[in-house]
Amino acid sequence: MSMIFGVPAAVLSGQLLIGVINGAFYALLSLGLAVIFGLLKIINFAHGAMYMLGAMATVIMFDALGINYWVALFVAPVLVGIVGMVIEYFFLRRIAGQDHIYSLLLTFGIALMIQGVLTNIYGVSGLRYSMPDVFKGGVNLGFMFLPYYRAWVIVAALVVCFGTWFMIEKTKLGSYLRAGTEDSQLMQGFGINVPLLVSLTYGFGVMLAAFAGVLAAPIYSVTPVMGSHILIVVFAVVVIGGMGSIGGAIITGILMGIIEGLTKTFYPPASSAVIFLVMVVVLMIRPSGLFGKEA
Amino acid sequence: MTMMKKLLTSAVASALMVGGAQAEISDKTVKIGYLADMSGTYRDLAGPNGLKAMEMAIADFGGKVGSAKVEVVSADDRNSPDVASSTVRRWVENEGVDMVGGMVASSVTIATTKILEENNKLGLVSGSAASSITDAHCTPNHIHYVYDTYALSIGTPTAIVKEGGKSWYILTADYAFGHAMEADVTRVVEANGGEILGSIRHPFPTPDFSSFILQAQASGADVIALANAGADTTNAITTAAEFGVTQAGQTIAGLVVFLSDVHALGTEAAQGLQLTTGWYWDMNDETREWSDRFMEETGARPTMVHAGIYSSTMQYLKAVEATGSDDSQTVRKYMMEHPINDMFAKNGRVREDGRMVHDMYLAKVKTPEESTGEWDLYDIVRTIPADEAFRPLSESKCKLVSGN
Repeated sequence: MSMIFGVPAAVLSGQLLIGVINGAFYALLSLGLAVIFGLLKIINFAHGAMYMLGAMATVIMFDALGINYWVALFVAPVLVGIVGMVIEYFFLRRIAGQDHIYSLLLTFGIALMIQGVLTNIYGVSGLRYSMPDVFKGGVNLGFMFLPYYRAWVIVAALVVCFGTWFMIEKTKLGSYLRAGTEDSQLMQGFGINVPLLVSLTYGFGVMLAAFAGVLAAPIYSVTPVMGSHILIVVFAVVVIGGMGSIGGAIITGILMGIIEGLTKTFYPPASSAVIFLVMVVVLMIRPSGLFGKEA
Repeated sequence: MTMMKKLLTSAVASALMVGGAQAEISDKTVKIGYLADMSGTYRDLAGPNGLKAMEMAIADFGGKVGSAKVEVVSADDRNSPDVASSTVRRWVENEGVDMVGGMVASSVTIATTKILEENNKLGLVSGSAASSITDAHCTPNHIHYVYDTYALSIGTPTAIVKEGGKSWYILTADYAFGHAMEADVTRVVEANGGEILGSIRHPFPTPDFSSFILQAQASGADVIALANAGADTTNAITTAAEFGVTQAGQTIAGLVVFLSDVHALGTEAAQGLQLTTGWYWDMNDETREWSDRFMEETGARPTMVHAGIYSSTMQYLKAVEATGSDDSQTVRKYMMEHPINDMFAKNGRVREDGRMVHDMYLAKVKTPEESTGEWDLYDIVRTIPADEAFRPLSESKCKLVSGN
């Protein structure tokens, strides 16, 4: 068997693929953050909680109402999106235009409250959610066993990421969005309801997080604290990609998944730190991030 | 006059002696503090339901000891030795707490038992894992009740090696507890003629185990051992099931697994998992009877820690009643002299190092076909006798053990 740096090539290919899969999660989550920051200038620390709500909603809807995975894939993000819009309407709107730190603290507080309430009700051991039957099993690729579900995660995440990028960068709706946040008074003069646009954008951003949550439900422990772990990593990804850069968030997400995967092979104890190491280096060389516009 | 003097002196002396020997219950109240992680990683194995278990014990005892009433206070230690220390200090120094029960994270227990020792109060530790609690960190002021890392590392690995699982690969949580567990497992596996092919130190916590499972799979080891706990263990098991580890013939060995973890995983993901436990709710009529009452109160089946909290609180109250005292040394001495026979343990005894030794059990998680309900999770495959399960006193480093 051929070896690369003392690791069999087959194992390495497996790790690269795993990296891409995890990267797909990072991409989805950081995309939502980038949309919210890029268009609304809100630092959304409730993003992890929204990811968690997506996963929790999937499990709870299944247990209580028998709603299956495919329906949850649409319904859960919509429900969480509505929660997001309620938060935007009642809280975030009141601090619009203030320093970023206000939105950071406000959303962080909201996230802690949501987490606390759900912990009280559901505990922390995790809720059980079994995978849809069609995804059970997997295929042997020769260098690794690829569960069908992980393959689906890559496809679903990439489709949604590309769709979002296309909508914001290439469509008329996207141009309204970008213009509305650039100069809201002017856009209002053109008869566009900017406050509604802002609500919808925030709702859409958290929908992306909830969508990632639904994708995560069958493979990770679904607990009220699941979002708090991933949140910081995802913020690092966004910073590396360049705050607010939509395409940058997607590419960086996948790239960081791969780098993390390789670290897990060569030196596992560093795997939780490597993304932050990259962040430090990137900030020193390109303070606005890999894909950010130089200020 | 001399006569009078003599009489007076002896009266005073005997009054003093009576006061000394017949210590009574301070403030006419037996005050118990329940300290546990009420909201974090370890919430479900003890947490709020552990407080319920303690309250059940007090209610079953009758709510009072003689004429003294029994009171409970509780606090969330947030798994922080600092938070826990200041709470326990306040309890014992200002609020008249006589005994502290629960106690989960090992770091919290090690910190708070020092304070109990300074103030000569008693701790009944039910939730912690580290075996050093009754070894290097033993005090005359606490008893370690349910299980420890030594007992857990003896049970599962020995059984699996004997069944033919010779080569091992260990996934280790990268902090003190994981390292200790890895060392214990290595010792037991090698002593039984098995070998360790390799290990990975993974960050704590790790949400995604796929990379590590893939490496463990590639190692070709017979057994993949999980020297971690809580969410790390459940995540690793879920991922192993997804990647077809057990179907491909490798065995997963969980080292610190609670009923709440297996319940969260479900039999489909956890089937065949071997683990060591100090107690299981569905062992006999006595355990079932108590567990039914617990379930009515809480909606869940009790873990071994919940049962241990009930049992240790009950034993404590019995000791206070029998000795008529809530003085920690009097009570601890009584508990050491009287074997424990209740729904939690048969012939359990408290050793001088504070270790409560009792039979442990090797369990195997049922398959979905074998399981008749959401809590019908374990098959008890072997009883590990008390003397085999816990570290022998001859190997003890505890200062209380004679000869040390």
